[in-house]
Parts: sequence; C-alpha cells; structure tokens
Amino acid sequence: MATFKDFRNNIKPNWCPGCGDFSVQAAIQRACANVGYEPEQVAVVSGIGCSGRISGYINAYGFHSIHGRSLPVAQGLKLANRELAVIASGGDGDGFAIGMGHTVHAIRRNIDVTYIVMDNQIYGLTKGQTSPRSASGFKTKSTPTGSIETTLSPLEMALAAGATFVAQSFSTDLKQLTAVIEAGMNHKGFSLINVFSPCVTFNKVNTYEWFKERVVSTDSFDGYDASNKMMAMQKVLETDGMITGIVYQNKEKPSYEQQLPGFQEIGLAKQNITLTKDQFDKLVAEFN
Amino acid sequence: MISQLSWKIGGQQGEGLESTDRIFSTALNRLGYHLYGYRHFSSRIKGGHTNNKIRISTQPIRAISDNLDILVAFDQETIDLNHKELRNGGVVIADAKFDPKLPEGFPAKLYAVPFTAIAEELGTSLMKNMVAVGASTALLDLPVDIIKKVVEEEFGRKGQAVVDKNNAAIQKGFEYLLDISGGPSEEFKLEPGDGTTRLFIIGNEAIGLGAVAAGCRLMSAYPITPASEIMEYLIKKLPKLGGTVVQTEDEIAAVTMAIGANYGGVRTLTASAGPGLSLMMEAIGLSGMTETPVVIVDTMRGGPSTGLPTKQEQSDVNAAIYGTHGEIPKIVLFPSTIEECFYDSVEAFNLADQYQCPVILLTDLQLSLGKQTSEPLDFSRVTIDRGALALEVEPQPENQLFKRYAFSESGVSTRVFPGTKNGIFHSTGVEHDEQGRPSEATTNRKKMMDKRMRKMESVKVTNPIVAISKYDDADILFVGMGSTGGTIEEARKQFEADGLKTNQVMVRLIHPFPGAEVAAQLDKAKKVIVVENNATGQLADLITLHAGGREKIKRMLKYDGNPFLPNELYNDCKELI
Repeated sequence: MATFKDFRNNIKPNWCPGCGDFSVQAAIQRACANVGYEPEQVAVVSGIGCSGRISGYINAYGFHSIHGRSLPVAQGLKLANRELAVIASGGDGDGFAIGMGHTVHAIRRNIDVTYIVMDNQIYGLTKGQTSPRSASGFKTKSTPTGSIETTLSPLEMALAAGATFVAQSFSTDLKQLTAVIEAGMNHKGFSLINVFSPCVTFNKVNTYEWFKERVVSTDSFDGYDASNKMMAMQKVLETDGMITGIVYQNKEKPSYEQQLPGFQEIGLAKQNITLTKDQFDKLVAEFN
Repeated sequence: MISQLSWKIGGQQGEGLESTDRIFSTALNRLGYHLYGYRHFSSRIKGGHTNNKIRISTQPIRAISDNLDILVAFDQETIDLNHKELRNGGVVIADAKFDPKLPEGFPAKLYAVPFTAIAEELGTSLMKNMVAVGASTALLDLPVDIIKKVVEEEFGRKGQAVVDKNNAAIQKGFEYLLDISGGPSEEFKLEPGDGTTRLFIIGNEAIGLGAVAAGCRLMSAYPITPASEIMEYLIKKLPKLGGTVVQTEDEIAAVTMAIGANYGGVRTLTASAGPGLSLMMEAIGLSGMTETPVVIVDTMRGGPSTGLPTKQEQSDVNAAIYGTHGEIPKIVLFPSTIEECFYDSVEAFNLADQYQCPVILLTDLQLSLGKQTSEPLDFSRVTIDRGALALEVEPQPENQLFKRYAFSESGVSTRVFPGTKNGIFHSTGVEHDEQGRPSEATTNRKKMMDKRMRKMESVKVTNPIVAISKYDDADILFVGMGSTGGTIEEARKQFEADGLKTNQVMVRLIHPFPGAEVAAQLDKAKKVIVVENNATGQLADLITLHAGGREKIKRMLKYDGNPFLPNELYNDCKELI
C-alpha cells in the first residue's frame, strides 16, 4: 500500500519559503495515502496562480489547466473515469474571482470532486493585487486607497449554493488539514475545502499570527452537528467565517454520478465504444 | 405531372407549424421523394411570423428553390410576406377564418379552406394544422392513407381517439379542397416517388449520430441556436450507452469539461455557435498545448456579437482557424452535405485522437437545421482510430515521469489515460518538457513548439476537397463550403445549359488548407467564383493565401441572413463575370 512518500516527486516547488501552500501539498499527499489510493489512481487538476502549480508537485496524474477552469476540467475527468480520485485545486482568485461561476455550479452539480482552495486573500503570482477574499480597506497595488468591495465569504456562499460538503482549515494545522481533505475525498459528492494559506510575500496583514489568533475549530463548540445546516450557517456567521474543521456535510444527497441514468461504476473510459451494426441500424431507423 | 415543387406553411411562431411540416414531409419521405427544408424563424418563442418551406422532388436536391408553388397560410401576414415568392399560377391555401386576400390581379389561385372551423367542429382548433395537411395532400393528389399512418405514429401514444380526430381533420381538409378546386389538377400532380424511404434528418442530428457511431460518450454544452439539437439528440442516446450530456454553466465550462473528459480517455464533444466559440478560445489553446484531443462543433449563424441568431452565415471561418492566442496545431473541417455531416463527425473524433489537438467541425445554420433526405449512411465506413495510445506502460526510470510529450518524427507522442500504472505524467498549458514538467529552456521551447506544429504537416484527410471537375479548361470554377454546395450545383447547371463549361469544388478541410489540391483546380479554370455567406470573402482569402489565383478569383458574397438561392446565384454570377 502506498504511503504519503509515494505521492512525493522530486520537483522543487517554486513557492516562496514559508508559503502556506507547502502544508497543503503535504496534507494532500497524506490524505491520498490515508484513504488508500495508489498514485496512479489520483489526479490533481489545478488552475493558474502560485497555488495552481500544485498539480506538478504531487506524484499523481496532474493537469495544470487555465485560470479559473480547474473545476470543469476536473468534473469532465471524473465523469470520464469515476474510478479516479479527482482533486481540484487553486487559489482564491482562481476559484472565487475568475472561476466563481464554475465554483457555484460545481457545488450545485455535486460531482464527486474534492476542491481545495488555497486562500491567501491576495493575488500572489501577479505580485500583490486585491482578491475577492481581501478585507474591506485592504491596500494593494490595485487598491492603493483600500479595497471598497465586500469580502466574499466562501463558506456562506457554498452553503447557500447547496454544498454537500464544506470544510475549512489552516495550513499550519497539518493534522486537521489532512483530516478534512481525507473526509472530503471520502465524501460521495462535491467537497469544498477552503484553506487559509498565508502569502508571506505580499500579504502583510493576514499573516500566520493573524490567523492563529482568529481561527476557531468546530471541536471547540459543544455538540456541534455538521449535518445541521442551520447550525453550520450560524457558526460561520458567529465566527466571522474563521471556523475550521468540517463545517457541513450532507451524507444523504447522492452525487451527480449516482443519479445519472445508465451511468455505471466502471469508468466510462474503460467501456467499449464500438456500436454493433444492429445498434447503428436502430439509430438510423429513427430517422425514416 | 411535375417532378418537383415547393410548399411553404406559414403562421405565428408557436402555432404548431413544426408538427404540421413534420407529418406532411414524413409522409412524402415514405413515398420516396427527395426533400429539402428551410426554416424561417425568429429569436422568440411565441408570436411573430414563421414559416417552413420544403422542396419536394423526384430527383436528389440539396437547395431550396427561389420560388414557391404552394403557400399554406394561417394568417394574412403569411400571405402578405410570402406571396411574391409564388410562381405564376401558384396556389395559396388559407384559413377562411381571416377572410384571406391576395393583391388585386396577382397571378395565383386562392383557396379559402375553413381550417379553424372544421377543426373546431371536430373538437379543437388545434387541429387546424391537420386540415391544412389534408388540403395540401389533395392538391398534390397524394394518397391520404400514408398521411394518416404517419399521424398514427405521431399521436399513437396519446390514444386512438386523438389519432381518429386528427385523421378526421385530415380527411375533411382533403375533401374540402377537392370540392372547391374541382379535383386534382395536372399542374400540381407530382410524379410518383421511387418508394424508397430515406433518412429524413437535420445536419445537427447527423452530427450527433456520427458522434455516437464514433464512440463519443460524453458531451458538455451550453444551449445556443442553432447548435442545441446536437445536445438534445445526444441526451436521448448517450445514457443508453453508459454516457451522458452535461449542460454546463457556460461555454467555457463546456469546452474545459470536454477537455478534462478527453484527457480522461472518453471521446467528448462540445457544440456551440459563434458566441460560444468566442468564449472557448483560451481553452482551445489549452487543448493544443497539452495535446489533449477535443472536438468542437460550431454551427455558424449570423455574427458578429449576437448578430442574426436564427439566420444563415459562414463568417466564423477565420475565428475557427486562427482563434486562440499563440500558435497551436488545429484541424478545421466543414462538411457540405448532410451525409458528410455524419462522416465528418466520425472523422473529427479520429483526427482529434490521431493528432492530439482541437478539431473544429464547422457547419452553418442551413446545414444544421435544414431538414432533408439523406442517402443511406454506410456503417462500414465508420472506423474508430484512437491514435498513439498506450494502455499499459513499463515502469519509468527513478524520478522520471512517463514521456507523454516525447519528441517524435511526426510530432505525435504516445498518450496514456489517467489511471494507467507507471503512466503518470504532468500536463500543463505552460511550456513543458517531454514529461510535461514546466520548462522555459530555450532549446526545449523551440523543439517542443516544432514538435507540436509538425503534426500539421502530416494531417491526412480522405477528401480535403470535394471536386466536380469535368473539364481541364473550364470557363468557370465555383468554389464553396458548407450548405452552399447544392445551390452552386443548380446555378452551375444553368451555366452549363448556356453552353459554359463549369467545375465545382467544395472545400472540406478548411485548416490546414489543402492549397495544392485547390491550386490544381484553379489551374483548370479561366475564371473562379468563390461563393460564401460572409461579408469579406474569408474562403476567397484562404484560397489566395494558400493556392494563389488572385487575378482570376471573384467573390460572390451574401450576408443578409438568407441562404443563396439557385436562380439568384445564377443571375448574380452572370453579372459578376
């Protein structure tokens, strides 16, 4: 059986030293091993941005797509071969700005893809512009007098969009992060995992210390019930979105694939695609 | 007796003209006539004038006609808008309810038939369409029983009572017309059809059928006119074959989902029209760069922007060839017959897998939506070629990924599907090395760019052009693409009757352009007329760029939203030469 080391490759990430994304990389590797996958059974699809490079830093099939489009690529891949574990990943700009349309609809669609957002609340690769996750008043190269837009709350958004799995974690908490990714991978349906992953170079406000002072684990709430959507929404609001752990999970709702008529367990890519003459003749006869 | 005629039915959109047309033409197909339809419709659901025109012939036809023999009108507007199309001595069959009128002295007959009154008498005014079908059948002196049989198939599921009522409406309409016209006239009596029932199909369905035959099992698409029928066809078929259709949130999702699924190993289609193609441009580059096959159908309609969404145009040719930033290998096909829609759909999937690049299958609105009879589709011509593909892979050297992008003479490298043991590789839109790892090294960049583009040098398509090339010294060579083929052929025959020698070429492989093949045809003609539905002459430009002939090429362009008509084309070309 594969261990997390089998999910490592020899490529040195081009992330800045101290970047939160390193922990996300390690947590994905651990979660894959913990769930029991072999490297070739896993595919990591990513978008563009610092975090988008992650698909090249894990020993698995990796597809580094275009900005904001990791989710449709990942969903297409999952439908093509549902035997694969498909992880989609990218930054907050990738998922909540350019790719927001896909994020909302991937949530609604509920295809079994695990989506990990590395949320640093800034655009790093383009060297420091505001993101939908930036706080109001946040000064960046594109908001020199401070952002005047409302900060997006990904957890509220996901709950409102009908998510069946919503989690959040912080990149220094490797144990919790690994656990929520593992739970997301085991979840039958779409899982959104937002990870606070500080940018040590361009975000001098939302630092490791800043997060450390604010994150609140669901473990700290007495009787927290992640299957209770009302409670989930309430705690998200109470903690100003700083809640971590599995925030909400609906285990009852079947995934998209499970609801597709005629969709089989065996990966579509492995099925015979040749029609028989008889099948063809029947199709043609419908036009007579 | 006549060998061909044109029949048109018009009224308000949403009045059920479609089903009327369907029942009438299905019956004609059963009798062995060749049919070619044209839908005039607007971008709205209910209301507004709409009409369906159908040409009926004992010989193969691939064009609508300039004029009209019979106009069936459900309102005065239909007569006002369409009567000028009627030939001298043509007939209007109109609902007596609105007291139909033809302009004073107009040389056509008018039969007022109480469509609505007869239908209401039988239970519901909805059946006025069937009264009209019955009246039309009588005028053409066709066996009414065939129509009734089609009605039985169409409404059988709704119960015998519904079938009987509709057939009674048909019978009444039939009898009423015979009564007021004094029996069938030789002028409208069609020579019998050959009794062969053909496929009666629109281009979009032929493409969908081709996709199914080619092993396409997924489609991701966003609804748009005039492409939606492809997804509507496939959603009925793919679940029965283990696959599905996903209606995505937009065309960007449609194409990237298709790329993801193709990467996963399933032949996946997306289809759209110009606005969708524009949205797909960045992703088309991703397909080219990651060498992931994808088939994109673009059913061209009037552009630019929202343009003329329900009208004919062929103006996305340049966008299909050049669209996306940077330079990638890409193949663009454009069938010009209903049969080619099917075969080219199959070939598009093979080419995409063989050359591991995006393949754009162009059609135009008339080819996509014009319902017509098709010659039998030959299943033995359907082959599935997945290209260079490894289902099993040897273990890789330590710290090495599978060389998915191995440099090769042809530029094509062996593909593996995710899930394959020892086959792990990286795929990225970033420039990369043979294992797919990002690389900015200059030597690698040049080699990798050359490798990808080299694939275009070997693209083999069975018939890059379809030529009717009878003469080595033709007076005129007509060149076209898509649905203009049949119209060009009829105009050309008129020139032949005038004593001119004419050849014809339909360009099927738009990119990489078959310059040598077209040049050889240019050499055999004194003059060249390039016929296309756009304002700038995109095909003519391609010809001059790749095949020369600038001095003898004339452009015949039409971009008012309507297809070319045979006589119109003949007359306009006469002026041009």
